Amino acid sequence: MFAYYLDLALRSLKRNKVLTALMVLAIALGIGASMTMITVLHVMTADPIPGRSGKLFYPQVDPQGMDGYSMASNPPEELTWIDAQNLLRAHKGVRQVAMSGGQVTVVPPQGATHAFFANARYASADFFAMFEVPFVAGGGWTASDDDKHARVAVIARDLADRLYGTPHAVGRTLRLGKYDFRIIGVIDRWDPTPHYYDLSTGNYARLEQVFVPFQTAMELKQSTRGGMSCWGDFPADGELTRADQCAWVQFWVQLDTPAQVAAYHGFLDSYSAQQKALGRFQRPPNTRLYDVMAWLDHNHVVPGSVQLQTLLALGFLLVCLINTVALLLVKFLRRGGELSVRRAMGASKRSVFAQLLTEAALIGLAGGAAGLLLAAFGLWVVRQQPVPYAALAHLDGAMLGTTFVLAVCATLLAAVFPAWRACGLVPARLLKTQ
Amino acid sequence: MHPIVSALKHHKTTVVLVVLEIALTCAIVTNALFLIGDRLVAMRMHTGVADNELVWARTSGLDLGQAADTRSPASVAAADMAALRAMPGVESVAMTNSLPLAGDYWSMGVWRRPGDKTSILDNVVEYLGSPGMLRTLGIKLSAGRDFEPQEYVDYNPFKHQPPPTVAVVTRTLAEQLWPGENPLGKPMYLDSEGKHAVQVVGVVDHLLNPAINKYQGVERNLILPVTRVQGGMYVLRVRPDARAAVARDLPSVLTGIDPARIVTKHEVYADTVKDYYHGDRAMVWLLVVVTGCLLALTALGVVGLSSFWVQQRTRQIGIRRAIGATRCDILRYFQFENLLIVGAGIVLGSLGAVGLNLWLMKHYELAHMPLAWLGSGAVALWLLGQLAVLGPALRAAAVPPVVATRSV
Repeated sequence: MFAYYLDLALRSLKRNKVLTALMVLAIALGIGASMTMITVLHVMTADPIPGRSGKLFYPQVDPQGMDGYSMASNPPEELTWIDAQNLLRAHKGVRQVAMSGGQVTVVPPQGATHAFFANARYASADFFAMFEVPFVAGGGWTASDDDKHARVAVIARDLADRLYGTPHAVGRTLRLGKYDFRIIGVIDRWDPTPHYYDLSTGNYARLEQVFVPFQTAMELKQSTRGGMSCWGDFPADGELTRADQCAWVQFWVQLDTPAQVAAYHGFLDSYSAQQKALGRFQRPPNTRLYDVMAWLDHNHVVPGSVQLQTLLALGFLLVCLINTVALLLVKFLRRGGELSVRRAMGASKRSVFAQLLTEAALIGLAGGAAGLLLAAFGLWVVRQQPVPYAALAHLDGAMLGTTFVLAVCATLLAAVFPAWRACGLVPARLLKTQ
Repeated sequence: MHPIVSALKHHKTTVVLVVLEIALTCAIVTNALFLIGDRLVAMRMHTGVADNELVWARTSGLDLGQAADTRSPASVAAADMAALRAMPGVESVAMTNSLPLAGDYWSMGVWRRPGDKTSILDNVVEYLGSPGMLRTLGIKLSAGRDFEPQEYVDYNPFKHQPPPTVAVVTRTLAEQLWPGENPLGKPMYLDSEGKHAVQVVGVVDHLLNPAINKYQGVERNLILPVTRVQGGMYVLRVRPDARAAVARDLPSVLTGIDPARIVTKHEVYADTVKDYYHGDRAMVWLLVVVTGCLLALTALGVVGLSSFWVQQRTRQIGIRRAIGATRCDILRYFQFENLLIVGAGIVLGSLGAVGLNLWLMKHYELAHMPLAWLGSGAVALWLLGQLAVLGPALRAAAVPPVVATRSV
């Protein structure tokens, strides 16, 4: 029976090629535009560390003065060096890391005339285990390396290739400015997107090239990068580890169970109260604890323009669908005579309905295929834009399937009403006027 | 009731669908046109400097711990400036901390009265310029004078140093500090205690901020005279035809003076401006394409429906023609019918457009749409409707009266 409907549908579509092409084009345009934007939105809102994003938390405390305080005021985005060190030593989470972005001068083996700047991350030992960093060779450092201010470094595979021509660089010496570091690990291809563990260096920043222990980097006065907010005087000597009124340290803690999360909340409050009693804090405990996805949301990682464009694309799809409903209605009602003959010869309302939906599904499939081409073109255009997320705009298998399902479902939905109206025609009346 | 309206009553569903489609298109197109206009106006703003005659470079020193360069940073900067001035095509050179639309900016609070904490105007952007900065950048003063040579002082806002005693302000900043008054000679203070007065000696009508945002606004800035800008950029005033060559040779000239550094970025300024507006340009193109597709789609929908109606009514048209209606009457009939349907869509769509704009304002910090923009969407759709119906209407007008006597 289905083959017969298919045959009827093909014949009917062929009979009025212009109208058919118009409907396919409408579906294709709507699907193409909306899938382009939905794909961009999908990659931009994807979970950067599936399975663990609900266990990693970004704590905040509020060491600011009482000026401008209200119940609703937000704590500074980052922590002060002192608070970060205190939270690190308290060791209340499964793992915890204090860190900052930075910039180092890499002096390659060819000599100082070839020196260049590289983005760096200064972090405590748990960084690698906590963010599931993949290694080609070697591994991260230990907490005792942190304490000893060890001159060790982990580098990205790209940098190892560039400096030594091989990713197996463990044991080699890396010269940063005037200091030598021993390479103990090389990170494999890894590009967390968005750059969730430190949004202050850019929501879609690339992976840093050099990782060194936080304490070591501070001792050697390496320059830092990232967000900083100050509510008092910056120390005249520029020494960040003594700046008690400047928050600039990123901090993450891993908490595996809801009980641990609740306990950590309590810990942050009691820590704040204790610091207030000591006179360091002035405000009543004002703490926050965001998990990864909440942190991304809090920082508005997805640009408003992308959301706006997605909205525009969906509006466009809606107009395309209404257009399709209208055109299908015209098409089906125009064939009242033919349908009446089928009804008069014994076809049930249901089989006429099924026949019309088959026809609509064919249009949906054709529209989906054309829409896919348009979406591929749209994503290519997005990739040509000099925006940091451009490289992410690719169709994956899931989105490919979604495109077809969306196209066919949308068309079927659009066809239900016209098909139902066409089934409701009274055969006798139409046959009589003919 | 008018015959056109009663005829439409027989096609309620189709009419409702078309009206709905036109209303949605109208709402989206009106907002899109408004956004396009808004962005185009923003992109046409004059930067306030000589866009097509500037080239700039930023450098950063490398701390390699080798045999120390005995020269002071100031003498290296002086050597840099001399070498840059000697490049062919270069007319003058100055140091600044940033340029309009170059991205990086420094912002601070300005106090109107000494010691009065409440007299603060926050988020004022600060331009620092070395001798000859106004001339090199091509900034035109609308009142007052350029800085005198002795007014350039050693100043870095991140160190506790007294600021220069004079400044040039934009008209926007002057109006916000002293509304309706002549700003020339007025003092302002860069610290809350008001220890050091800074006197306004010049006013510029237009000078854009390095970045336009909701905190610092568009042009709320001032210029301070300094001898040298730490961590600043070199700006070169260049003959327009020599820009590319100068930008190409800049890094080698600078590293020739002091090899222990990296030229982190150098660019022809016109490209900097172009890059700044890239997002806006992309948005405008997207909106234009979507608007175009939407209008085309709606037009095709109208053509499809009108053709169907003409076909369905061939017999009635024949009868009307047989009893005396002219071709013109038939043409008018379909045109007027279209006018009614599109009109209903526009009324509904205008309400939708206003609603959409209010919703967008709430969620995306977009500007309020003046009601005049509703006219733009209405006119676009009316024209489109008339254009779309013309073909089918002409076909209807061509139906001969004899059809009335035939069975279809």
